[in-house]
Amino acid sequence: MKISRKQFLKLTGASLLAVSAGKVWSALAYAGQAVTHPVQVIRGKQWAMLIDTRKCAEHPECTRCIEACDKAHNIPSFKNPAHEVKWIWTEPFENVFPSESTRFMPAGLKEEPVMVLCNHCDNPPCVRVCPTGATWKREEDGIVMMDWHRCIGCRYCMAGCPYGSRSFNWEDPRGSLGELNPGFPTRTKGVVEKCTFCPERLAKGQLPACVEACSAGAVLFGDLNDAASEIRTQLESRRTIRRRPELGTGPNVYYVI
Amino acid sequence: MRDRVWILLGLGAFLLLVTSPLWWNVRARAGLKGPDLVLPADQKDCVMPAREMNSSHMQLLLQWRDEVVRREIHSFKAYDGKIHDMRLSGTCLSCHEKAKFCDRCHDYVGVKTPYCWDCHIDPAQTRPALARRSSQ
Amino acid sequence: MFMLEKAVVGGQRYWSWIGTLIGVIAVGFFFYLRQFNYGLGITGLSRNVTWGLYIGQFTFLVGVAASAVMVVLPYYLHNHKEFGRMTILGECLAVSAVTTCILFILVDLGQPMRALNIIIYARPNSMMFWDMVSLGGYWVLNAVITLVSLHAVQEGVAPPAWIKPVILLSIPWAISIHTVTAFLYSGLPGRPFWLTAILAPRFLASAFASGPALLILLCMLIRRLGGYDVGRKAINDVAIIVTYAMTVNVFFLLMELFTSFYSQIPTLMEHFENMYVGVGGNYSLVPWGQSSVVMMAGALVLLLIPQTRRNERTLVVACILTFISLWADKGICLVVGGFIPSPLGAMTGYVPTLPELCIGAGVWAIGALMVTVFYKVALSTAVAAHADFTHDPATVKEAA
Repeated sequence: MKISRKQFLKLTGASLLAVSAGKVWSALAYAGQAVTHPVQVIRGKQWAMLIDTRKCAEHPECTRCIEACDKAHNIPSFKNPAHEVKWIWTEPFENVFPSESTRFMPAGLKEEPVMVLCNHCDNPPCVRVCPTGATWKREEDGIVMMDWHRCIGCRYCMAGCPYGSRSFNWEDPRGSLGELNPGFPTRTKGVVEKCTFCPERLAKGQLPACVEACSAGAVLFGDLNDAASEIRTQLESRRTIRRRPELGTGPNVYYVI
Repeated sequence: MRDRVWILLGLGAFLLLVTSPLWWNVRARAGLKGPDLVLPADQKDCVMPAREMNSSHMQLLLQWRDEVVRREIHSFKAYDGKIHDMRLSGTCLSCHEKAKFCDRCHDYVGVKTPYCWDCHIDPAQTRPALARRSSQ
Repeated sequence: MFMLEKAVVGGQRYWSWIGTLIGVIAVGFFFYLRQFNYGLGITGLSRNVTWGLYIGQFTFLVGVAASAVMVVLPYYLHNHKEFGRMTILGECLAVSAVTTCILFILVDLGQPMRALNIIIYARPNSMMFWDMVSLGGYWVLNAVITLVSLHAVQEGVAPPAWIKPVILLSIPWAISIHTVTAFLYSGLPGRPFWLTAILAPRFLASAFASGPALLILLCMLIRRLGGYDVGRKAINDVAIIVTYAMTVNVFFLLMELFTSFYSQIPTLMEHFENMYVGVGGNYSLVPWGQSSVVMMAGALVLLLIPQTRRNERTLVVACILTFISLWADKGICLVVGGFIPSPLGAMTGYVPTLPELCIGAGVWAIGALMVTVFYKVALSTAVAAHADFTHDPATVKEAA
């Protein structure tokens, strides 16, 4: 059968179109769900954290939560500070809560270290912007999860996060690791990472590493959708704040300040 | 037809090149002997029958990956009814030694593993004895 | 069909230019291999400034790609015959610019081998997905238009009738590619510098100033080198378009400055302060910000005064100032400036490293190579066929 080059090209184009049409159709079906309901409906749990900065401030030199997380997740410590990777760390109070910082504050409060991490928002902008779905909000428990197999390292999520919670692997982390925890993989260069609320521990009925490590009882972890949980009781009985709530992200890390 | 010599030479060189995998291996005396695999001492059953694992372990691993990471399912029921945790380093490598099993076959067949080991850890690498040895 | 045989015939000047470009590309490629091996840490980017040179250049070049519409629209929708000899040059420039855009995104990816995940796991809620769709579609549109036009001239016939709706489609599509690129930035709640409705209009205005300015320069260059004259009227009309676009662009910038500084809201002011005067000991953007503003003003003056706009010498200066000022504004200040300060108030500076600059130069050189080859083919085709690209059957002559 003789086929001209033009006909061949037409056929190829038509076949490609047909194949991609199916993909586009299923993608649009997903889009309808995501775009028209930007506030995610949580069907199961919504894990949340309550950090009592007053209890934390009683131990200004303590870094147990940070060390526990670093160790449990093989967090690298790069020589170049610009490349640092951190899932949970401390920032001065005035940077974390600029709206709570005034001209005249109690001595030392401005610089007081406050624990910060990914807020696992109800309406996360990072999830909205991820082009591959490498980060998404889990329906089962509300965790904003990372899939390091799928991440292409475009860093759009880092631009989208209003809290600076995400880190990128600017180089291969394997060279900058301390003692390896064989129970958790490392990551590789070129992917974004952040706190994931320790789903590998939650699956075994354990609390996240930082929660367990805190000896001051400053970090409470629980399910917001469970009315009887301790975190709900605490939130309903004390004044708490969150970071930048006016942006509509719905952060799930609460602070007692 | 004065080009005949060059054409024949060129053809000969091409034939040599295109059959090189064959005569190179004969020359290197790569025999029919297969890879020297060290099987686990205490376990007889894998999560799938050996034949299926041989042909489809990559598909199984990808399925495990998607179930754990994206569908939050952690348990896998093997063909013999035993429940396993779907973990590469934690389950597979708890029985198999990567260097003496996985790598040997992969090297023999010449199939590079995908980027799995960029992130996933070989538990043998973290044992203190190995760590001490490598630091000498 | 691709008529590339026309691109391999040329004088010494042509081949030295091609050789230089290939040299720059080779150096860029070498450094890219190092980046591929080591990671993006070879650049000056950091945890706080996560997009820099590559994405900035991509943003600017999308504007250049979209700007072809400023020549295509008047010609096809309003029968502005004077642009007849220019449209093909705009379309060739558009294809080359879009290619460099896509390349800049690829070199910026941390895991480029997974780039196809954007298609396999398509997420329409992400503006990056739509950017890929619109850029890809625009590339296809312009590639088809360019090839069909060249082919038609070579054969000495009018292009097929179906190309007209394709060309008409490329007009709103051009607007869309730059709007979607602006949407990448203007929908992020955590970046107040970008969270402004005027960002997309600002992008378009600066695109329609910088792109046609480059086109004017290229037309003058090939008139000098290749003997292909698009016509004084065409150049003057495009210069008017550049003038209007530049005026609107400066106006929009002033609007931004007013809102930020009259409201006195710190989160709005600090990004501009950082760009133009430096804040917190961080002055990395100031040279770019200040020179951009000065050059914009200079360009605007030269463009607004009819005498300097019509005088080709001063027009060249105006176009160069336009292009460079908007390149500094969009390619550097806008993208990097959005990250300083960081969400937690850090003033992390950004200076591109040598490997980064070489890779960037390499990608630009690929674009320049494409433009060179396209123009060589187009002009040789036109000269050989004693025709031009007016798509007007009356002007199509028999091939010699």
